[in-house]
Amino acid sequence: MIMIIILDYRGDLVITLDKAKKGQKIKITGIPNEQIRVKAICFGISEGAVVTCREVVPAGPVVVAKDKQEIAIGRSLAKVISVELL
Amino acid sequence: MESGGIETKIPPGGKKIVVAGNPNVGKSAIFNNLTGLYVDVSNYSGTTLGMACGRYKGDVIIDTPGVYGLTSSSEEERVTRDIILAADLVINVVNSVHINRDLFFTLQLIDLGIPVVVALNMIDEALQEGLKINVALLEKLLGVRVFPTDAVNKHGIDALKKGMYFARPGLVDPAVMEALKKVSQQAGRREALFLLEGDKEIGQRLGLAVGTGRETIFRERRSRANLIAEQVVKEVYKSKSIAARLGNWMLQPLTGLPILALVLWIVYELVGVFLAQFVIDLADNVMVAYYEPAIRFIVGWFIPPESVLNTVLAGQYGVLTLTVTYLIGLLLPLVLGIFLVLSVLEDTGYLPRTAILVDRTMSSLGLNGQAIIPLILGFGCVTMALITTRMLGTERERRISTFLLALGIPCSAQLAIITAVLAGTSQYFMLLYLLFMFVIVVGAGVLLQRFLPGRSSPLLIELPPLRLPGLQNVWKKTWTKSYQFIREAFPIFAGGALMLSLLDAYGILWSLRNLLAPVTVSWLHLPAEVADIFIMGLIRKEFGAAAVLSLQMLPLQNFIVMLTLSLTVPCIASTMVILKERGWREGLFVWAIVYVMAFIIG
Repeated sequence: MIMIIILDYRGDLVITLDKAKKGQKIKITGIPNEQIRVKAICFGISEGAVVTCREVVPAGPVVVAKDKQEIAIGRSLAKVISVELL
Repeated sequence: MESGGIETKIPPGGKKIVVAGNPNVGKSAIFNNLTGLYVDVSNYSGTTLGMACGRYKGDVIIDTPGVYGLTSSSEEERVTRDIILAADLVINVVNSVHINRDLFFTLQLIDLGIPVVVALNMIDEALQEGLKINVALLEKLLGVRVFPTDAVNKHGIDALKKGMYFARPGLVDPAVMEALKKVSQQAGRREALFLLEGDKEIGQRLGLAVGTGRETIFRERRSRANLIAEQVVKEVYKSKSIAARLGNWMLQPLTGLPILALVLWIVYELVGVFLAQFVIDLADNVMVAYYEPAIRFIVGWFIPPESVLNTVLAGQYGVLTLTVTYLIGLLLPLVLGIFLVLSVLEDTGYLPRTAILVDRTMSSLGLNGQAIIPLILGFGCVTMALITTRMLGTERERRISTFLLALGIPCSAQLAIITAVLAGTSQYFMLLYLLFMFVIVVGAGVLLQRFLPGRSSPLLIELPPLRLPGLQNVWKKTWTKSYQFIREAFPIFAGGALMLSLLDAYGILWSLRNLLAPVTVSWLHLPAEVADIFIMGLIRKEFGAAAVLSLQMLPLQNFIVMLTLSLTVPCIASTMVILKERGWREGLFVWAIVYVMAFIIG
């Protein structure tokens, strides 16, 4: 099994989106891929956006909600999106 | 989906009016209301992939695929960008429930300097969701006119029809305006913004260097959109409807899989049992007992029964007998049923939820969950589904899903015949057939995932709200598609029947059978007459399959024919689409492989 560990500039452990639990409020802090980052800005979930974790499908996508929007993010992508739990 | 290519010439002095907006905001409904034409309306993104044109008075209205913003990263976005570059004015359709999201694209249109009006659509849903929108303030902040509409119920359309001619350029972001000054000396005003945003294709077209500041501009635009939305939208009360909860149940495997099973069971009961057995029997009896003798009698009145002309018109393969019986008695009820089911699934918003449920499973086929949508639509019409593969993220995913569609997904017409033929044998063969097809599709997917280079894109989609489908739209869509199908199939069926009768009458059929005998008789252990069916199947799969009904064969033989036939490429139309979408070299390759595999597996 591969574990991806990302540390932020202070050396603290960064949590990724796939670790979020249903009902948690989270802030998106980093999206690594440029193309996906741009797409996310159009969607409205750019870095800094606060979303609610609506659903985590076991081993599947994570669904987040922002205002009235619901967005599904595949597991492989969720693993590299860093978040902050609020 | 494509609307069957509605083309209109622009009359002299006419304006090009483009309908643009995010996916699933009701662009097609607005378009239909303005032009009186019908293009597909569904409850998920990507219904409009080709563009549809229609007329309103002396002007041309163009419908575009939905985009969240123009980044030229997908086929849809490039198509939309080019249409917008040539537009005289844009009707920007905004979903009132998601103003925050949609304003990003609105602001991009405004930054382009195009005359814009905003249609604030689905205003009824925003009210239901407890949102109050300050239209006057929105107009002031954007600098363009805003018209609230509810296109599906035809509210606010008259105001929009008059108001769209008041389209004007809005308030451009001052920072963007400043940056544009340098670029727009060399390029046009609109192209200049794309250059600034790093659009390489536009850069190449004009032979100019592109900017690197896209992300900064996008971030800035996003914050502006958020700020405007915050000012104009007030949430009067919170609503968490039953639909939202049901939607969540559909996503969790524990509840979602039983729901999926239930949906499939209802579909099977409706199409496989009620229509395929009860209705078809009834229709077939009527056709064979009353229609065919009547036609034979009338034709016999004018033309002597022993002549070639009589055989061609009213014989075993007769144009007036066999063709009409197949089409009306057999295909029409089933095709109607299948399109009805698909329309309901499309309009409820269930499909994207299935995409989430199966995302993990699909990844073993080298696809993400989104690819389930073209695969399911393939059961309606493979040709249309092939066009829908454009919404997939990478070339690799499109390649895989095209191959799977060509190989293993039977379209409504085939499905109709297959159910009818196999229902006549036993349930055991129906199950075996489904199992075989499933294993073949999964097997092919797994192999492609292993051997095709590259990686698939991760899932990133928006969920549309669950809705009760509108009866009117469901019926209109079902009828339009079924009618289009029958209209397209009739000449082909008639021509095929004619050809077969003639081949039969002159003994050519007999020699063709002998020529193919090594494959049919020794390899597949089928009667020699089956060669006819494969020849017919080449023209259109279901035409070949329909002919199976007229042959007396053992159930196992029926099964083998159906399986082999299902695996060949659907019809001439889809072959053409594959060649067009994938290029002729790859297209021919896919086609050849599919045929070889079909016979080997058979």
